[in-house]
Amino acid sequence: MNQIVQTSISRRQFVTASVSAAGGLAISVAFPGLADAAAIAAAPYGADDAAPNEINAFLVIDPDGSILIRSPHNEMGQGAITALPMIVAEELECDWSKVRCEYASSARNLRDHVYGDMVTAGSRGVRTSWRMLQQAGASARMRLIAAAARRWNVPATECEAANSKVMHKSSGRSLDYGALAAEAAAIKLDKEPAIRAPDQFKLIGKSLPRLDTPLKINGSAKFAIDTQIPGMVYAAIAACPVFGGKLKSVDETPAKGRRGVLQVVKLDDAVAVVADRFWRAKEALALLKPEWDTGAAGQTDSAQFAKLYRDTLDGPMVNARNDGNVEDVFAKAAGPGGKVVDVLYEAPYLAHACMEPLNATVHLQPGRLEVWLGTQAPMGTIRQAAAASGLKPEQIIVHNCFLGGGFGRRTANDEMRQAILVAKQIGKPVKLVWTREEDVTHDRYRPQAAVRLKAALGSDGMPVAFDAKIAVGSILRSTGISTVPNGIEAQAVEGIANTNYKIPNVRVGCMLKNTHVPVMFWRSVGSSQNAFFMESYIDELAHAGGQDPYKFRRALLAHRPDFIGVLDKIAEKGDWGKPLPAGRGRGIAIHECYGSIVGQVAEVTVSPKGEVRVDRVVAAVDCGHAVNPGIIEAQIQSGVIYGLSAALYGEITIKNGAVEQNNFDNYEVVRLADAPKIEVYLALSGGKKWGGIGEPGTAPTAPAVANAVFAATGTRVRSLPLKNAKLPGPA
Amino acid sequence: MIAFKVNGKSYRLDIEPETPLLWVIRDELGLTGTKFGCGIALCGACTVHVNGEAVRSCGIVVGDVAGKEVTTIEGLSPDSRHPVQQAWLAEDVPQCGYCQSGQIMAAAAFLKEYPQPTDADIDANLSNICRCGTYVRIRAAIHRAAALMKT
Repeated sequence: MNQIVQTSISRRQFVTASVSAAGGLAISVAFPGLADAAAIAAAPYGADDAAPNEINAFLVIDPDGSILIRSPHNEMGQGAITALPMIVAEELECDWSKVRCEYASSARNLRDHVYGDMVTAGSRGVRTSWRMLQQAGASARMRLIAAAARRWNVPATECEAANSKVMHKSSGRSLDYGALAAEAAAIKLDKEPAIRAPDQFKLIGKSLPRLDTPLKINGSAKFAIDTQIPGMVYAAIAACPVFGGKLKSVDETPAKGRRGVLQVVKLDDAVAVVADRFWRAKEALALLKPEWDTGAAGQTDSAQFAKLYRDTLDGPMVNARNDGNVEDVFAKAAGPGGKVVDVLYEAPYLAHACMEPLNATVHLQPGRLEVWLGTQAPMGTIRQAAAASGLKPEQIIVHNCFLGGGFGRRTANDEMRQAILVAKQIGKPVKLVWTREEDVTHDRYRPQAAVRLKAALGSDGMPVAFDAKIAVGSILRSTGISTVPNGIEAQAVEGIANTNYKIPNVRVGCMLKNTHVPVMFWRSVGSSQNAFFMESYIDELAHAGGQDPYKFRRALLAHRPDFIGVLDKIAEKGDWGKPLPAGRGRGIAIHECYGSIVGQVAEVTVSPKGEVRVDRVVAAVDCGHAVNPGIIEAQIQSGVIYGLSAALYGEITIKNGAVEQNNFDNYEVVRLADAPKIEVYLALSGGKKWGGIGEPGTAPTAPAVANAVFAATGTRVRSLPLKNAKLPGPA
Repeated sequence: MIAFKVNGKSYRLDIEPETPLLWVIRDELGLTGTKFGCGIALCGACTVHVNGEAVRSCGIVVGDVAGKEVTTIEGLSPDSRHPVQQAWLAEDVPQCGYCQSGQIMAAAAFLKEYPQPTDADIDANLSNICRCGTYVRIRAAIHRAAALMKT
């Protein structure tokens, strides 16, 4: 099944067209012009207790027929609070215009275990929760039908549900869901109903407008940083510039007596100023000159780290995969006529740079802690808050807000820990806000990495052996999530060890090495660097074997029709093989992660001065099934831009143990003028595949662009970002 | 005392004149639609109008707006029906949404100067950062808003 998401058609037209094709289902696509018509509250967190008209933990139907759906995943731009309710509504057979959404309660989940892990990371909203949500909707529908059948004293099999009503076909009677909800809630089904197969979907697959848009065009959506509670004070904080360092001392005098300043708070590794206004706190903090104990880490820099990772490649490796016998093949290929391609690739640390700087508001009282935060993992947040406050998890309420970007950053919640520690000393509700400088210099970064990739090509130009060595920081060790006892973590090797390219002999080794710089999940995680390595390298092999990069990939992926579908789509729509003038080039890349395949063809222009401009990106995605194509289109566009910022500019460097970049002037990101035209196409393979969509769009962008730069200039870029590459003028 | 107007309402505030307008809007007046993004006028999340012109409010001190009229996202229209807001809604532009108040305020001021902008005009004049990368839809929405304003 192939569907095209037309970027050239307006959203409005697209929606209308989709709905008119909906057949018998009366989907009323309200396009609310007023913000107060938004189907989610400005503060999206829901109630922590069961509602009286609850059908199940996911669903409340009020007597007036309004339907509240609780989302187990939060909204950070990826469209969860629109797509996930659609899955429930698909089964519920309800009037979509009456659907409202709120975040499911983490406090309730702690108590009742009803919402799964509630994690919004790993592109897992639809991917892991679709079945649970479909079941919740189906179960509710069957109980509404059962309630109506009982009222009419007829068999449930004679009743059917549609458009928020249950109807008895033969008598023509009908009852609204609102009138049945209370009775339906009390009904226990003998067995849970089967859920619909994708070919029966009526609502899933429509590009319905996002439920949160009305709140996000007039400033009313509440992010954590917008929290205002009575008696609240503000904290500005400076942590030790060198990770792991400690506060030795600080002279508080310069801050004291300034207007609004309440207290200087010393933490183990940071100093904070609390004031009646954030600006006053921040200004007073800037006057302090804390003394830090940075230890040996204070002597480190990026050149040392680059050497560390390169040197690691020459040492022992732990094999993540070892098929066939690569050593034998390389020994033979070393002879006459054999071709071996042996190269080094590198990638830097990257910051997340969410638009909303990290912040947390906490209200600590005896036996109770309330937190207003943007978090991707509220259940973990409860545990973290318990650890920092000394309270029990059930004494903690996390009000999760709209997230001003997440990208993996909002899981560690360092800012909340600090806010709780400050609140302990200050005895008042406190909003702690990181400046952009604090945010860039105290991120938990995408790991730095170096890889050595070696392959032998047969006489037909196809690879017969592939050997990868990976040196990278461990995310699990750095975050403390686990100890990685066997020396391999999926995040380090994903995208290389599980490559789908069919090569007879493959060995992938890995050695995890951490520096004092903390590393964490960054949109598409290991794939963010490994797709660049792998897909650039595959391009090198194609050229080394004298083959077209698209056809080369096609041949190595012939056993995977889903990959072929994506490749063919981007080749066709991306004008693969059509001539371009001098100084321009096209590059192709394809990558699978989080259950979805995304392919991209990038078109670049390299100026005579060697400056790269990306003119156009044509992307195709196979996420199996499309819940909301409009949101998928937006997420792929988003992934491309995020990946492009990293490919062109992204680089965090270390000097004297501290991060050198601190704001958008030296940590540059793509702006409107740099943004390419982006076309997004669906190449859905259906079946059992339910892939994620938040991250897979990011991974292939850097290699597609770097491969296009090679096509334009003949220069192979093996280290990011591209701004550091010495490119000649047009080849 | 510094006197100025925000969204048509007069204020007289006893406040340090060197306070950036951003923090006055957010923390004194409680208008949180205007966002803090970078603090050094690089990202545009804090864009407001001062006497009708787009200004990055973290980069201007409140002392410099004395006697002037400030418009924030909350005051752009009473009902979210400014053509730029309508266009943003129709194109379903926002993702995380954090930068969008600034994007909309910047676009609204830009369209007064460039009622029928070309893509090159947009590239040359609008530099607000969006980390979600909504740029394709922002561009489409600006053209749509221009068309709405023409009719």
